[in-house]
Amino acid sequence: MSTDYDVEKGDSVHPGKPVIVDRYTAGARVNHWITAVSLVLLALSGLALFHPSLFFLTGLFGGGPLTRIIHPWIGVLLFFSFFGLFLRFWKANLWKREDGTWLARLRDVLTGHEERLPDVGKYNAGQKFVFWSMSALIIVLITTGLIIWDQYFSLFTTIEQKRWAVLIHAIAAVCAISVWIIHVYAAIWVRGTIRAMTRGSVTGGWAWRHHRKWLRELVGRAPKGKSGNTPAE
Amino acid sequence: MFPPVPNPTTRPEPLKFGDQDLIRRSASTVTPPAQRQTEVAKLIDVSKCIGCKACQSACIEWNDTHPEMEINTGVYDNPHDLTPDMFTLMRFTEWENPETNNLEWLIRKDGCMHCEDPGCLKACPAPGAIVQFSNGIVDFIHENCIGCGYCIKGCPFNIPRISQVDHTAYKCTLCSDRIAVGQGPACAKACPTQAIVFGTKDEMKEHAAGRITDLKSRGFANAGLYDPPGVGGTHVMYVLHHADKPEIYADLPNNPKISPIVEAWKGVTKYAGLAVVGFAAAAGFMHYLVTGPNRVSEEDEEAAEKLTGEEPRP
Ligand code: HEM
Ligand code: SF4
Ligand code: SF4
Repeated sequence: MSTDYDVEKGDSVHPGKPVIVDRYTAGARVNHWITAVSLVLLALSGLALFHPSLFFLTGLFGGGPLTRIIHPWIGVLLFFSFFGLFLRFWKANLWKREDGTWLARLRDVLTGHEERLPDVGKYNAGQKFVFWSMSALIIVLITTGLIIWDQYFSLFTTIEQKRWAVLIHAIAAVCAISVWIIHVYAAIWVRGTIRAMTRGSVTGGWAWRHHRKWLRELVGRAPKGKSGNTPAE
Repeated sequence: MFPPVPNPTTRPEPLKFGDQDLIRRSASTVTPPAQRQTEVAKLIDVSKCIGCKACQSACIEWNDTHPEMEINTGVYDNPHDLTPDMFTLMRFTEWENPETNNLEWLIRKDGCMHCEDPGCLKACPAPGAIVQFSNGIVDFIHENCIGCGYCIKGCPFNIPRISQVDHTAYKCTLCSDRIAVGQGPACAKACPTQAIVFGTKDEMKEHAAGRITDLKSRGFANAGLYDPPGVGGTHVMYVLHHADKPEIYADLPNNPKISPIVEAWKGVTKYAGLAVVGFAAAAGFMHYLVTGPNRVSEEDEEAAEKLTGEEPRP
């Protein structure tokens, strides 16, 4: 009966020592890893054409022409795969009051002073930034990518439009790769995060430390066994 | 009249230029040869062209291309555009001269201009797919081409075309394979009116000057040479009777240069882009060194256990 905006399908708490919190369903995880692999392959194949010093990366894809052929197709896969993630996650990524406070205390975030941060839901402002910037960048990348996909779409746009498209595509790609670096780094830095996307669950301590509001909502929502009847206040 | 390039000897001779003469190579750095060869040029005198398309036929013949048969749509241009199989094209314009009220039939032989500063080469991401020889010829090396179409975006004259057969880019080679053995371009050889002539760039400029004086004496006050400085000059030049308005010749660009969008894409974006990505990675690394991992503590786990109603730990 929950109306909590950020509690998603499959999220639940299993009391025990330690408490285990289900964070991602198997579907969400498969979806995530397809997206992750395609993004990495896109970045590698795109960077190969981006700068001569990286052209050797075409070797990973079986040479220059194959890199040129394969890159846009992976882009299409990425687009649909990311769209799946978008449908799953958009609601929990809506901007909330506490996100502003969290962001204003970015210093404390970076120095690991969680105790000075407001309780946040399933995603904090940093994760929301990654989500929304990736959503926007992928729309820009697919649009400009189709415009410069000469093998099939060369007749639909003028050369001048293609010049703009390739410039914007390159800039958006740089931004996307940078956001990806932030995303991966955060997952490594904040220990206990990666298992959310491998095993699908996190420990209660992790949820308490980083997403307390979400944990409270979950506990309050699902009175399973002896758990959750008394949200500690 | 400019003397045509004589037929060379039939004995095998060393090539007149080759890889040692490269001054530019796409997506690569080359050490330019100590000595630059004499620059060559093709001069197309638009005022002398009768539109017979012998040059087009000669080009097809020499390069062994097979342009598709197209349909007559009521214009003389045939085929309707440059294609991967048609490296040169006569473009016909009917222009009414507002000063004389005369209808002038302008016929311009379109094709690669062999720019001194080639936008195609600047845009190309594949090492060695486009090269420029020190005599000024810009050539596409098909085995290195990946078919991305960046050269099309880089070219200020809308020249390269990608073949749907082998997916590589094609354009006029200035008959580099003929010039290397001392012959002139096939089109120049075929032209019955000597509207196309070939020689060193200096000779061509001199010859053009004579043609321009002649045209001026016949009332074409604005006759002039098209050797656009925005791309550093070209190794295919035109004599135009109305050099003040090149655009009337089927949109020949007035003051062409590499598009600033392409310059930004191939210039600042590359350096800034690599810097931004490098900075993001370095920032993460430094942050980790300074703060170390952010670990969940025992207290965090206990707090969660308390919240879910577990007995406190012993
Ligand atoms: C979403 C769908 C995408 C499509 C349809 C697409 C399409 C293209 C196309 C057609 C090219 C030109 C080269 C070629 O023909 O292969 C290209 C270049 C490139 N792409 Fe994509 N792409 C997409 C997504 C991405 C993503 C997600 C990234 C990076 C994370 C990326 C990075 C690049 C880079 C760096 C280049 C080279 C740009 C340059 O040469 O300056 N692309 N893309
Ligand atoms: S298509 Fe043009 S830009 Fe791309 S590799 Fe071939 S010659 Fe270079
Ligand atoms: S006219 Fe276009 S294709 Fe020819 S050299 Fe200049 S930029 Fe390259």
